[in-house]
Amino acid sequence: MARVVVDVMLKPEILDPQGQAIARKLPQLGFEGVAAVRQGKRFEIEVDGPADEAALERVRKIAETLLANPVIENFEVHAE
Amino acid sequence: MARVGVITFPGSLDDTDARRAVRIAGGEPVALWHASTSLEGVDAVVLPGGFSYGDYLRAGAIARFAPLMAELIPAAQAGLPVLGICNGFQVLAEAHLLPGALMPNAGGHFVCRDQRLRVENARTAWTSDYAEGQEIVIPLKNMDGRYTASAETIAELEAEGRIIARYMDVNPNGSLNDIAGVTNEAGNVVGLMPHPEHAVESLTGPTTDGLGFFTSIVKGLINV
Repeated sequence: MARVVVDVMLKPEILDPQGQAIARKLPQLGFEGVAAVRQGKRFEIEVDGPADEAALERVRKIAETLLANPVIENFEVHAE
Repeated sequence: MARVGVITFPGSLDDTDARRAVRIAGGEPVALWHASTSLEGVDAVVLPGGFSYGDYLRAGAIARFAPLMAELIPAAQAGLPVLGICNGFQVLAEAHLLPGALMPNAGGHFVCRDQRLRVENARTAWTSDYAEGQEIVIPLKNMDGRYTASAETIAELEAEGRIIARYMDVNPNGSLNDIAGVTNEAGNVVGLMPHPEHAVESLTGPTTDGLGFFTSIVKGLINV
C-alpha cells in the first residue's frame, strides 16, 4: 500500500469567501502580516501496490473525474 | 398528455412539489428513481431541489454519477427537455450539460427569501409561456447558489441570450452578472437556482408565477 495525495484548489480567479473570512479573522487573533488566505481540499488516497507512475496516472483520472471540478478548480497529485 | 419525469436522489427535498407542479400545469408527473436505468419513456425531466448526498464533495458532484444520469445525459444532448432546479441545477452543471458551476453563497449564509426575477429568454422549452422581460416573484432557498463561470463563458452566455433569468432588487448569493438561470445552446436544458415549483398555488406560494415553467413544457409537448 502507498499513499497518493491530491490537493484541490480553487482557480486563482474564483472568489473564495471562506478564505477571505479566515484572513479577516487573523489580525483579531494577533496574527499580523498575512496578505491573503485561500482554502482548498486535500484527499489522501491509499492505493494497492507502489505509488509508481501508473498509480499516479490512475489517481489523476480519479481527480479529474470526481475530486475536482475543472470549471472552477485545479488539482495536483503527488506520492507521499 | 405530456409525461414529465421527476428524479428523486438520496437527499432530494422538492421532488413531491415538482410532481405536484407538473400536475397543476396539466401534465402527468412520473416519479423516477436515481438508481434506475430507465427514463420510463418520459417526454421531459425535472431534477428537483434538495441536498443530494448531503452536498458532500461539491453540491451535485456525486448525484451527477447516479445510474439514471448515464441515461439522462445522452438523452439531454439529443434534445430531451430537462429542467434542473437548485440542487438539480448544480447536478446539471456538474454533468457539464450546462456551463459554469454553483458555489457557496458569497455571504456565507443560507439564503431563503421571495425573490424577484426578470425572465430574459422566453424561447427555451421551459420558459416559452413567459413574456421576455416579464418580472416574477418565486422563492429562493440555497446554500450554494453563486453562479460562476470563466469570463469567456459569461461573455458567450450574454451574447447568445442564454441567461434565462436574472435576480432583481438584490443579488442574493453573489452570482456573476446577477445570473439566476441559464440554458444550453439548444434551449432544451435549463438550470434555475430559485424554486418555481413552490410558487404554483396561492395557498402556499408567494405568487403563482412559477407555474409558467411547467405550463411551458406541458403546452410545448402537446404542440409538438
